[in-house]
Amino acid sequence: MSQWEEPAPNELSISNLTCTREDRVLFTQLEYTCCAGAVLQVLGFNGAGKTTLLHTLAGLMPPASGVIRWRGESIAGNRSYTRSLFYLGHQAPVKPALTVAENIQWLARLRGQSPSAEELCSALEQVDLEAYQNTSCGHLSAGQKRRVALAQLYLSAAPLWILDEPFTAIDKEGVGRLQQLLATHASHGGISVLTSHQPLRLENLHTLDLAAFQPDEACAYV
Amino acid sequence: MSEQSTVTTSAWRTIVARDLKLIWRQRTDVVNPLVFYLITITLLPLGVDPSRQFLGSIAPGMLWIMALLATLLSLDTLFRSDYEDGSLIQFQLSAEPLFLTVLGKVTAYWLTTGLPLSLISPVLASMLALPDGGYIALMLSLLLGTAIMSLIGALGAALTVCLRAGGLVLTLIVMPLYLPVLIIGANCVGSAVAGFSFLRELALLGAGLAIALIVMPAAIAGALKISANQ
Amino acid sequence: MAWQWFHKLGSPRWFYEKTSRWLTWFAPLSVALLLVGLTWGLAFAPVDAKQGNSYRIIYIHMPAAVLSLAGYYLMAIAGGIGLIWKMKLPFMVMQSAAYVGAALTALTLITGSLWGYPTWGTFWEWDARNIFMLILLFLYLSIIMLGRVYPVREAADKACAILALVGTVNVPIIYKSVDWWYSLHQPASIKLTGSSSIHPSMLYPLLLCIVAYYCFYTLSLILYTRQEILAREARTKWVSELVNTQSSHTKD
Repeated sequence: MSQWEEPAPNELSISNLTCTREDRVLFTQLEYTCCAGAVLQVLGFNGAGKTTLLHTLAGLMPPASGVIRWRGESIAGNRSYTRSLFYLGHQAPVKPALTVAENIQWLARLRGQSPSAEELCSALEQVDLEAYQNTSCGHLSAGQKRRVALAQLYLSAAPLWILDEPFTAIDKEGVGRLQQLLATHASHGGISVLTSHQPLRLENLHTLDLAAFQPDEACAYV
Repeated sequence: MSEQSTVTTSAWRTIVARDLKLIWRQRTDVVNPLVFYLITITLLPLGVDPSRQFLGSIAPGMLWIMALLATLLSLDTLFRSDYEDGSLIQFQLSAEPLFLTVLGKVTAYWLTTGLPLSLISPVLASMLALPDGGYIALMLSLLLGTAIMSLIGALGAALTVCLRAGGLVLTLIVMPLYLPVLIIGANCVGSAVAGFSFLRELALLGAGLAIALIVMPAAIAGALKISANQ
Repeated sequence: MAWQWFHKLGSPRWFYEKTSRWLTWFAPLSVALLLVGLTWGLAFAPVDAKQGNSYRIIYIHMPAAVLSLAGYYLMAIAGGIGLIWKMKLPFMVMQSAAYVGAALTALTLITGSLWGYPTWGTFWEWDARNIFMLILLFLYLSIIMLGRVYPVREAADKACAILALVGTVNVPIIYKSVDWWYSLHQPASIKLTGSSSIHPSMLYPLLLCIVAYYCFYTLSLILYTRQEILAREARTKWVSELVNTQSSHTKD
């Protein structure tokens, strides 16, 4: 999928990671390594720090301690890491006043891509929105807006996908297609990290349960 | 090297183009500051004294104060919708540094508030009987001054974007920082009306804009990184 | 190795324990200095020829004005250190400095207007220094407000630090522009005695007062920071141990 051959294989490794919210330790001593072609589902009860983990992995916030490495290099202040990453939060960054095509275009341009008309069309086809290309997003339902954001995945050349609750507000067929997309991404050597409350049927699925990394009573606060 | 520079202009351009398009489709929101400016200027003579001499003496200061309040009015919404729908996170993860994207937002904001305010100010100035000679100074000083105020105001908006009732805090943060702009801007018009050269004040405003352009984008980007992840 | 002391400085616990020992002699010293300085200035310094006894408020007013400005920079520097080296203690110092600084600025404004009444015949005069102090108060209040409304402590600290740092760029600009504005609009009012012409018998108590205020400022900053440390670290082990030993002492 990537345009040039990378010497180092895709690998995301987390070592001794501790994340805090206020002064409460969410999880500690988290160790995990994602190899190329893996789909990692992060599990945990509400408030376990799933979103915080994804934000930390995306480099949006620094961890309290520990190191995250991408292809062997620390992600702190690493611009090439940001470029090889696609992140989608639980909200859809879709502007109601813009049309579907315009929304997809500005998001892609922001990441330094300029998709052609055909690429855009085929991406919209994948998410079943080709008829809505010039419809203003204000007229779409929540699930459709969500799919506008997910269309980015079909355009993205990034090897690492971090998706926070990608299946919310999507119908059954959409869920199936997204799983298929994740499988294709994995078969190209890409890595996906996602949170979801529903069980996934994927070959390379790994799970990471944050409940296993809860801090002891004694060091619950820093 | 050349590819690098095309990439950097594109983040800025993408955001400017996107925001202008957005604002154009929601024009009624943009008109708000202008209407506010017009209404307050209309109310002023009714509340005080409509004699041309009196109005002319307070016009430079009043035009500036009302312009300042008008820019404050729409500031709260600058990053609000981008924060709520997660676009700010995409800004942070874009291919270019965040301050360029932020500069794009501020540029679009200034083009849709500061610029129209400066352009209609001569009309309002004539309603307030601003003496001849003050008009060019008023427009030029407002052009530069609203640009500085947009940059300062964007910092306030960035710091308060994650707060539900951030409006009051925003005003409190931004007002003291606006003060030098107000003083220099109003004096620029004042000295033009008095028949002196106003180049010194314009130069001061230009210097202020240069400082703001250096300091503020980085500060706004830093503030957004803190508040966007709340 | 050379940096070890610096990182120790960032530890709230280290600060708390060190200052506990310092305070035993520093607190009485600064209170004594303040008492001596103010008594000397308010009761024993000679009467001013023009203003009579009312000038004596300078011994309260002037050091407060000096410190409220210096305190702003201290606050911003503390915030900058916290941002750069990601330490907790400087942020606590910054928050405390905001409260102490705001109180001193308010004191400056109040004593200034009390002094203004016999001198200018009005409590509020649009004098450059008056306006600057008022704006400084707003700057302090904006930082206090921002710190209080933020939902997450850590983010509040960083946001306040950014605002304080931007403020440091702006404070001299505000000062200069207000001064310049005043020179354009200067009303006919009594000029205060310039500091150069002040008689040594009035100057010495003033200098002592400034030193005493510096000490007192440091004292209140330390006390406020200690309180802030306890409030923020309330759930850590060392604070609960501290509370246990303290309460067992009082039982004995």
